[in-house]
Amino acid sequence: MPEPTITLNVSRYRPPDERVPTSQVYTIPYRPDWVVLDALNYIKDQVDGSLSFRWSCRMGVCGSCGMMINGEAKLTCSVFLRDYHPREILVEPLENFPVIKDLVIDMSDFLDKLKIVKPWIIRETEKPTSEGEYLQTPEEMDAYMGFSACINCLLCYAACPIFGVETDFIGPAALALGYRYNQDSRDEGSNMRWNVINDHHGTWQCTFVGECSVVCPKDVDPAAAIQRLKVDTAKHWIRSVLLPWGKRA
Amino acid sequence: MMGEALPNKKSIEPLWWGLFSAGGVVAAFLVPIHIVLLGLAVPLGWISDAPDIFGHWFVKVYLFVFIAMPLYHWAHRFYFTLSDIGLKSFRKPISFLTYGGAMMGTVITAWILLRL
Amino acid sequence: MIRPDKSLLYYPRMPATWWLRKWSYFLFIVREFSSLFIAAYLVLFLVQLYQLGNGAAAYSTFTNSLKSPGWIVFHAVVLVFAVYHSVTWFYTTSIVIPLRIGGKEIPRAAFTAINIAAWIAVSAVVFGLYLLQ
Ligand code: SF4
Ligand code: FES
Repeated sequence: MPEPTITLNVSRYRPPDERVPTSQVYTIPYRPDWVVLDALNYIKDQVDGSLSFRWSCRMGVCGSCGMMINGEAKLTCSVFLRDYHPREILVEPLENFPVIKDLVIDMSDFLDKLKIVKPWIIRETEKPTSEGEYLQTPEEMDAYMGFSACINCLLCYAACPIFGVETDFIGPAALALGYRYNQDSRDEGSNMRWNVINDHHGTWQCTFVGECSVVCPKDVDPAAAIQRLKVDTAKHWIRSVLLPWGKRA
Repeated sequence: MMGEALPNKKSIEPLWWGLFSAGGVVAAFLVPIHIVLLGLAVPLGWISDAPDIFGHWFVKVYLFVFIAMPLYHWAHRFYFTLSDIGLKSFRKPISFLTYGGAMMGTVITAWILLRL
Repeated sequence: MIRPDKSLLYYPRMPATWWLRKWSYFLFIVREFSSLFIAAYLVLFLVQLYQLGNGAAAYSTFTNSLKSPGWIVFHAVVLVFAVYHSVTWFYTTSIVIPLRIGGKEIPRAAFTAINIAAWIAVSAVVFGLYLLQ
């Protein structure tokens, strides 16, 4: 009996010689226990060393292996060939991002956005270590825990058509992280995040398509985070209109 | 790109969003039954028309909210949907038509209700 | 941060028809357009109130015209969109403002069901009040 095979249709982009992506078909041995990333590594090692893609942990933790698999944003280390076999698998770079080469996208724009939401704990004054740690109740932890699992895989950006239309949109993961720190009882920096969150390209650009939360491999639920930011921002806005003399940090 | 120095306290997007949300609630709870009653049941003769009910001031206040709020809901959604499906470069005129339309609709609704 | 040479990047273009590519995107656009149908219905209802202000004769001419098959179909179509709006609105509400009972978020489906029950109750009250007037 001939060895079973599987066909991968892989997007290639090779500047400066080729200025538009093309596709290349690879037919390789089929192993039901392989994930798509294993197949790509097989191609790279055995068939075509020129194929470029990112990966690191191979276990859904590092967030670097995101690609479009048959049009869906996936971590390639977390989807099995058996989920597609015997159909062919279409492998493309993450949607909505500039492509550097083959399956490698440019995420520098995202890293800029990540920085401006200040995803770290901001204190007006740090308490001295002698006073011990900042304690939290289980409820205070619950308020942000679910939103803190982001691995920056950018699947949510690839799934968001609003980001596709308007790439200035700060987007799901960065806003969700802003929300995560706003929700943290140890944080006192929400006032420093408002300008970004309340921007037209911040939460207000979002029209709640909701796909970001569907594709997120870590159940971060960025869609919920953004809508709740809208509620918070609206409340904040009402306070600033009704109480212009009120305390404004 | 939006900078950190961009002051946004004056942005009125929270206001539009608030009106959008309020209108969405009103529409969700009340529009279907209104369509069933006045758009289907009465014209099809299942129940008889009762226009006198619209004369009560209480009903007028109700109708004002019932009509005006979902107009803002429409304005906000439609404005964003049109830019989402490729009319981004016409954002300015579209915003006049949508939010402006809702505001005009509010005035017209008040006028129609007051002359009842 | 090392930035790639921008001139060598390939920039994908999002077609304006992106919402036809996926069922969930399409349902999103349907949800957004439901607001247009609802607004159209409200404008028609406004015309009805306007005719009422013009006197009994004008009003009955108008309400008689609503009996035509065209307007019945219009109302039936708008009703479908309005119900779609209601159901999607209740579901999204359960995401935006989660309901907490005893400090715990209740499941979204449960909150949606509560909202739908409240919606049916409100509808019944409006219906009853209209019949009793
Ligand atoms: S929010 Fe989820 S999908 Fe988006 S980058 Fe983080 S882990 Fe990935
Ligand atoms: S390789 Fe790390 S998440 Fe897939």
